[in-house]
Amino acid sequence: MSLSYLTPEFKVLRDYDKCINCKVCMRQCSFEVHSYDEHLDKMISNDMNCVNCQRCVVLCPTQALTIIKHPQTFKEHANWTYDAIRDIYRQAETGGVLLSSMGNDRPYPIYWDKMVINASQVTNPSIDPLREPMELRVYIGRKLDKIEVDENLNVKTKMPPQLKLETPIMFSAMSYGSISYNAHAALARAAEELGILYNTGEGGLHEDFRKYGKNTIVQVASGRFGVDREYLNTAAAIEIKIGQGAKPGIGGHLPGEKVSEDISATRMIPPGSDAISPAPHHDIYSIEDLAQLIYSLKEATDYQKPVGVKIAAVNNVAAIASGIARAGADYIAIDGFRGGTGAAPKRIRDNVGIPIEFAIAAVDARLRSEGIRHTVSLVAAGSIRNSADIVKAIALGADAVYIATAALIALGCHMCQKCHTGKCNWGIATQDPNLVKRLNPEIGYKRLVNLVQAWSHEIKEMLGGMGINDIESLKGNRLMLRGIGMTQKELDILGILAAGE
Amino acid sequence: MKTINASGIYYRDLNEIIKELVRSGEDIINLKNVNGQRYIGDNLSGTTKINIEGTPGNDMAAFMDGLTIEVFGNGQDAIGNTMNDGNIIIHGHAGDTVGYGMRGGSIYIKDSVGYRVGIHMKEYKDKVPVIVIGGSAGDFFGEYMAGGCMIVLNLKNDENIVGEYCGTGMHGGVIYLRGDVEDYKLGKEVIKEKIDDKDYAFIQKYVENFCQFFDYDFQKIMNHSFVKLHPIGKRPYGNMYA
Ligand code: SF4
Ligand code: SF4
Repeated sequence: MSLSYLTPEFKVLRDYDKCINCKVCMRQCSFEVHSYDEHLDKMISNDMNCVNCQRCVVLCPTQALTIIKHPQTFKEHANWTYDAIRDIYRQAETGGVLLSSMGNDRPYPIYWDKMVINASQVTNPSIDPLREPMELRVYIGRKLDKIEVDENLNVKTKMPPQLKLETPIMFSAMSYGSISYNAHAALARAAEELGILYNTGEGGLHEDFRKYGKNTIVQVASGRFGVDREYLNTAAAIEIKIGQGAKPGIGGHLPGEKVSEDISATRMIPPGSDAISPAPHHDIYSIEDLAQLIYSLKEATDYQKPVGVKIAAVNNVAAIASGIARAGADYIAIDGFRGGTGAAPKRIRDNVGIPIEFAIAAVDARLRSEGIRHTVSLVAAGSIRNSADIVKAIALGADAVYIATAALIALGCHMCQKCHTGKCNWGIATQDPNLVKRLNPEIGYKRLVNLVQAWSHEIKEMLGGMGINDIESLKGNRLMLRGIGMTQKELDILGILAAGE
Repeated sequence: MKTINASGIYYRDLNEIIKELVRSGEDIINLKNVNGQRYIGDNLSGTTKINIEGTPGNDMAAFMDGLTIEVFGNGQDAIGNTMNDGNIIIHGHAGDTVGYGMRGGSIYIKDSVGYRVGIHMKEYKDKVPVIVIGGSAGDFFGEYMAGGCMIVLNLKNDENIVGEYCGTGMHGGVIYLRGDVEDYKLGKEVIKEKIDDKDYAFIQKYVENFCQFFDYDFQKIMNHSFVKLHPIGKRPYGNMYA
């Protein structure tokens, strides 16, 4: 092997006045950065391996460690940036497709941050959620054109199946395999406690988590991993995964080294074998074929469960969503191009797809104009970072949102973007039992519950401020938003006015 | 034993009747005049035998887990889609995407099949799905195959025993072809080999079943050369990434 041109990305600064040679950092770092030098009787570091996950920083009992971006730079060049040059070195050395994880990290505009929310003053009094009831409950599923009631006002019409969410937030699909058993345990338990749902992703459902069935959405993806009768029968809803925001148009590979005994049992494939999800479902080449699978799953579950379809946000998302609604989906989950992933080719993650803000607005507008918006629920995904993003997503037309990266951050993720290595020092994106046990599901689920409860309260306050007491009244209520620093075209697509208008 | 005249019955109503009979443990259901009704046997389990006269629609036996379905006629697309267990016998042709993501059980087809058959079949422990085809198969046969066994007998000596892109991305399982296949049709993840005695012994019971279902002479079929296709490794794309 010739000399690598790559230099360290990060630098470990150790304050030797504070370091007590306890070796905690050495034991904590799965990337093997820290070691103890007996001759020198001190801890030393190999900066080359550091990914800046900050596990050592947090765990060091004397706060002796700081990780900084390595000060070494190339001669400044606005075009040939640090990343551009290093990526070429990496590919020239390996001949490989660049792999990355977590969401798109490029500095595209974030339209959430160019929208502001309305509040009432004088004429339409605001509501105090601490004093007055505030409804956050939503139902995900197809609504009928009309319902009939009998003389006692009992509803006579049979409603299609609905998912009841106590707050308009769900945990988005993350497979067992891409994340750990303990991460799944925390998500499932938090979903139950919060009265919402989590999503198994496409890696099957571990038998230990079947007891959370009524809070579980199971995925049917192109690889059909772990899809059997019990899987379909246990779940509250079934989601056909067509695409994912981080990698629209391509499939996925869970590398064989991550297919442990337990993963193999859950996915129902032999240990050590690559788990390959082809790019398309090979039984779906058209909207008609999609309808066929939707109804196959409805038949399979006696029309008792909502069947949703998840797609990545791409150019013609509005037309695609219209087709999906007409194909009989009960909900459509749309994943924007900043959505997270356990592993994706970097170029695709960073360059393919469109922002969720535009996608949800375009889809909602299209379905309304066609008079079919009520026939399907919309779930917005792809980098929801806080409660204000949720309020904005709902005002643009979503019924609810999916969060995943935010949930992992709540569990301790430090955004090192190394999930694809399987060495997550925080016990999240790993199958190494020694790392997995670092994530305590007991603590983890409480952190998730805290996060969602805090966000729910913030949503109530924002709703109250607008003089609205029911989240349903915010849905598609674009008058509650104003844009700042956008072009007229962008405002038009979002269907909102500029601030001051 | 129950006999149902399916003529003119909407697929949902027909499947409702079938589900109820299967769940109540009916041993044999005879369906007459089936004409394109979809999803027959979808996600059902049990030991019922369903005999179908006519042409059942797409996604027959999808997610099925048990049961035997015998079709006295042709089948359509996506038969045995993501099927977990059970047996299917088709006295005729079948369409595209037979056995997609199939994980267990068997499908025997007397004549030929369409495109994309056996894509992403997989196996786990003692669950090994099998598809036996009397005629020939279209393009993308066994693409992404991850487990199980497919046998193509080409009894009518079609010029193309399988179409192009056979076994692309294959990383498990095995395909047996009675005859040979041009290398250009094979995915680069596939190795082609002559079969040995162990292979003959392995496919014997499946070919015997085929002969029994469709009344063929076992010796005549086996008195022929076969090739076997299997994947180079369990990790076809292991070195693709940096
Ligand atoms: S990889 Fe993480 S644990 Fe290891 S030295 Fe860097 S920051 Fe510390
Ligand atoms: S889940 Fe783990 S590996 Fe992935 S970005 Fe977060 S801390 Fe890093």
